[in-house]
Amino acid sequence: MSNLMPRNDLLLLLGFAIVVLAMPIWLAPFGAGYPDLLQRFMIFGIFAVGFNILFGLTGYLSFGHAAFFGVGSYAAVWSFKLLTLDAIPAIIFAVAISGLFALVIGFLCLRRSGIYFSILTLAFAQMSYNLAYSVLTPITNGETGLQLTLSDPRIVDVALGKTLVGQPVPNILGQPLSGYAGFYFCAGFLILAFFLAQRVAGSPFGMMLKAIKSNQTRMQFTGFNTRPYALSAFVISGMYAGLAGALLAVTDPLAGAERMQWTASGEVVLMTILGGVGTLVGPVIGAWIIKYFENILSALNDNILARFWSFLPEGMDSVLVKITSKFVGDGWHLTLGLAFVIVVIFLPGGIMEGVRRIAAAFRRSDNSAKPSARTQPAE
Amino acid sequence: MFEVIFLQFLNGLDKGAAYALIALGLTLVFGTLGVVNFAHGALFMLGAFCAVSVRMFLTMETVTVDPEKLSPWGTPLEVREPLVQAWLGDFGAVLVNYSVPISILITIPVMLLVGIALERGIIKHFYKRTHAEQILVTFGLAIVAQEVIKSVFGPNPIPQPMPTDLRGAADIGSWLGMQANVITYPLWRLIYFIFAGVVIGGVFAFLQFTTFGMVVRAGMADRETVGLLGINIDRRFTIMFGLAAVVAGMAGVMYTPLLPPNYHIGMDFLVLSFVVVVVGGMGSLPGAVAAGFLLGILQSFASMTQVKAIIPGIDQIIIYLVAVVILLVRPRGLMGRRGVMEA
Amino acid sequence: MEKSNVVLHVADVHKRFGGLHALADIDLAVEEGKTHAIIGPNGAGKSTLLNVIIGKLAPTSGQVVFDGQILTGRKPFQINQLGIARVFQTPEIFADLSVLHNVMIPALAKRDGMFKLNMLRTLDSETGIRAEAEHMLEDVGMINRRDMMAGSLSRGDKRRMELAMCLIQHPRLLLLDEPTAGMSRHDTNTTIELLKKIKSRGMTKVIIEHDMHVVFSLADKISVLAQGRIIADGSPDEVRGNPKVQEAYLGGAH
Repeated sequence: MSNLMPRNDLLLLLGFAIVVLAMPIWLAPFGAGYPDLLQRFMIFGIFAVGFNILFGLTGYLSFGHAAFFGVGSYAAVWSFKLLTLDAIPAIIFAVAISGLFALVIGFLCLRRSGIYFSILTLAFAQMSYNLAYSVLTPITNGETGLQLTLSDPRIVDVALGKTLVGQPVPNILGQPLSGYAGFYFCAGFLILAFFLAQRVAGSPFGMMLKAIKSNQTRMQFTGFNTRPYALSAFVISGMYAGLAGALLAVTDPLAGAERMQWTASGEVVLMTILGGVGTLVGPVIGAWIIKYFENILSALNDNILARFWSFLPEGMDSVLVKITSKFVGDGWHLTLGLAFVIVVIFLPGGIMEGVRRIAAAFRRSDNSAKPSARTQPAE
Repeated sequence: MFEVIFLQFLNGLDKGAAYALIALGLTLVFGTLGVVNFAHGALFMLGAFCAVSVRMFLTMETVTVDPEKLSPWGTPLEVREPLVQAWLGDFGAVLVNYSVPISILITIPVMLLVGIALERGIIKHFYKRTHAEQILVTFGLAIVAQEVIKSVFGPNPIPQPMPTDLRGAADIGSWLGMQANVITYPLWRLIYFIFAGVVIGGVFAFLQFTTFGMVVRAGMADRETVGLLGINIDRRFTIMFGLAAVVAGMAGVMYTPLLPPNYHIGMDFLVLSFVVVVVGGMGSLPGAVAAGFLLGILQSFASMTQVKAIIPGIDQIIIYLVAVVILLVRPRGLMGRRGVMEA
Repeated sequence: MEKSNVVLHVADVHKRFGGLHALADIDLAVEEGKTHAIIGPNGAGKSTLLNVIIGKLAPTSGQVVFDGQILTGRKPFQINQLGIARVFQTPEIFADLSVLHNVMIPALAKRDGMFKLNMLRTLDSETGIRAEAEHMLEDVGMINRRDMMAGSLSRGDKRRMELAMCLIQHPRLLLLDEPTAGMSRHDTNTTIELLKKIKSRGMTKVIIEHDMHVVFSLADKISVLAQGRIIADGSPDEVRGNPKVQEAYLGGAH
């Protein structure tokens, strides 16, 4: 057991798995215990965990990761259309395709670093997005988005003699992946993704990535060729993005180009920063928080707000309804932007740094005599 | 054939001018403050909405109900009259007609204040932080600005009519001694191009011929030394940020008749302008301007049907493609110095 | 050249920056197992020379040969893999990693080469490398700081750790760029002792130094650089007695 991973990591993984699998129960009081939202928690959690391998560990800020997410979605839907409605081949196919795509893009982008790298990734992602909308319409179905139809060939399904009952729905071994089945399917992948990220971060390879982030010059003079290391990190995080995109296609088999737009790339950056760059759990929490508030805040309207503020005296409540209504519903992005600015200014380490600071404050009041010798972040 | 090429060239100029103006401001901020400002597009957008606000103000109406007259539906006729017109008569009508150019006068002080407040309030705390953090905080600010505008003005584009006298087309061909009506070009685009030229010339002259500009240029070259000379570089840099905001804002105002502004117009231009800055060379003002025009014109040529027939989709990606090639082959851009931000 | 085995040969190297002739006609032979010091006044081209040797700068003409292999044109990591390690003037360390990890990384570079996709093992299972790193830290007297974040070390400790990072690779050639600059007298003496200890192991060293005390207590051979040229070359005593050197360098300083 200790050969597989250190005890602390194993405990973290177990705790994480329990928290994830029990989500339908403990999120119900918060109004988030329904499968559709829970699936999104899992999917964007995977996206953020993978993005963190590149940005958090290796220090390369990509502004184009949504491209791999989108490619994963398209690849999965094509697998449903051409081969079979079974989810596993679709996921394997999507991860492979997005990994290949990431290999090509990463090879080019990693010839530069710093802001130039960010702009290169942005440029490639925007190119993919623009092409998906225009020339590549035969593959992407343009603005309408790629979707499943009754007349798809599905050669494997046909060869196996499976007949379609009703609308085509992705399944696993015949079990349709909607509702809670879809959630548990995605949850399994999130736990697996988390486990793999733990392994990567805790391996000698992961230490090299952290060293690249810390001091690229020293890496070079220490005898490491940093480019293949960074490229590996890029491809791994691209495959994570592809997996997330494929899962989104599994739960909702409609792939549109807007998933590839640079604002979608920006969103995963926000998730990672908000949660805590470079930590394992942080990006997942960031993803959950953003998706939760997106869902909750964007569903609020003036009526709900009026009920909420109704305890206040007449007049004052309507003013507050007016003000708060700007931050919810369609305006929830305003809340997101403000939260983001505040986090970057005051808490650059994100929520995880906040947790660490609070924990440190408690520890200090517990035993102020003992100096803290361990300076490694507790992950 | 020559006419076609010349026309495409002209068509690229106004977009190129917009790119050049935004890229110029981005480069000023990067060169002086060393800050990668993802909120710069938002400043362009705020300028555009200055024009929208001015027009809304000028076109505020009184509604009087004339009980004597009835509308075709039998209800009392509502008479709407712009307040400005009611107070100022014909002069008021002229004001409404020329609302876009007039907005410039309002935009300059507004954007200067916005820029200075932004720099003093937030940006200055990020000089010593990493470029990634600068990108992130300005990106967050851009989202905030854009969402505020969305909640005030709504999500849809708001068309801004250009002054009636400037609506026609200029027969540039006949000016150059060619056949009449072969090469015509919308007048407002021509005005935008000239306007951009004047602003760009003004900025360059300002940097070239004033002591203020000389200090700033020296600061761009070597900030520490200039700081050691006892010159208060920080205050000058604050003003530079304000100036960059003004340039972006004016570019936004004048562009409104060409493209009705909505809340995300800034982001759309920002991504392209960053690419422009990189192509021109980080920190190079002439590079930013040249690359702006170059890419505007290239994009115009790429959208010709003849070109698209050969390389489908090229119009969608030409700018990014150029940027990718430049970055990979010549990372310092067309006119940039070697090693700027290469780390 | 003498008959003894030369391990590093800088042959006829010129380096121009625009109009500035930073290095002219540099010919340098470093013998196996010896400590070769390069001294000279500020701006003499010492750091440029070191950067040319390590592959950070390409010479305008001439070449650098290490153990029969031409270094010129190779990348820094390739040069390191040939067995050359470098201590920088301002320590280049992994500030965000622990001291132990800082020292383990170069050990892994030595074992695994310039790239290995080593994802299947955990760091904790690298017991051999860890023991080696701990041993090294004991050698430089830093074992009690092994879990500290490298960025929080004092300046002197950062240098010592950087030295440990180089030594753990058992390089055939160690390049030291002013290893005691900015150190207290006490730290300087500890470093000299440490460097003497390595010397007894037979490692070849090229050292650039300002501090004459350090140079004369360590060097077997000294080359004096002034205005991009080598003006004197020989044993410490020869160099000390050379009037040209006294005029160009020692005379002014002492």
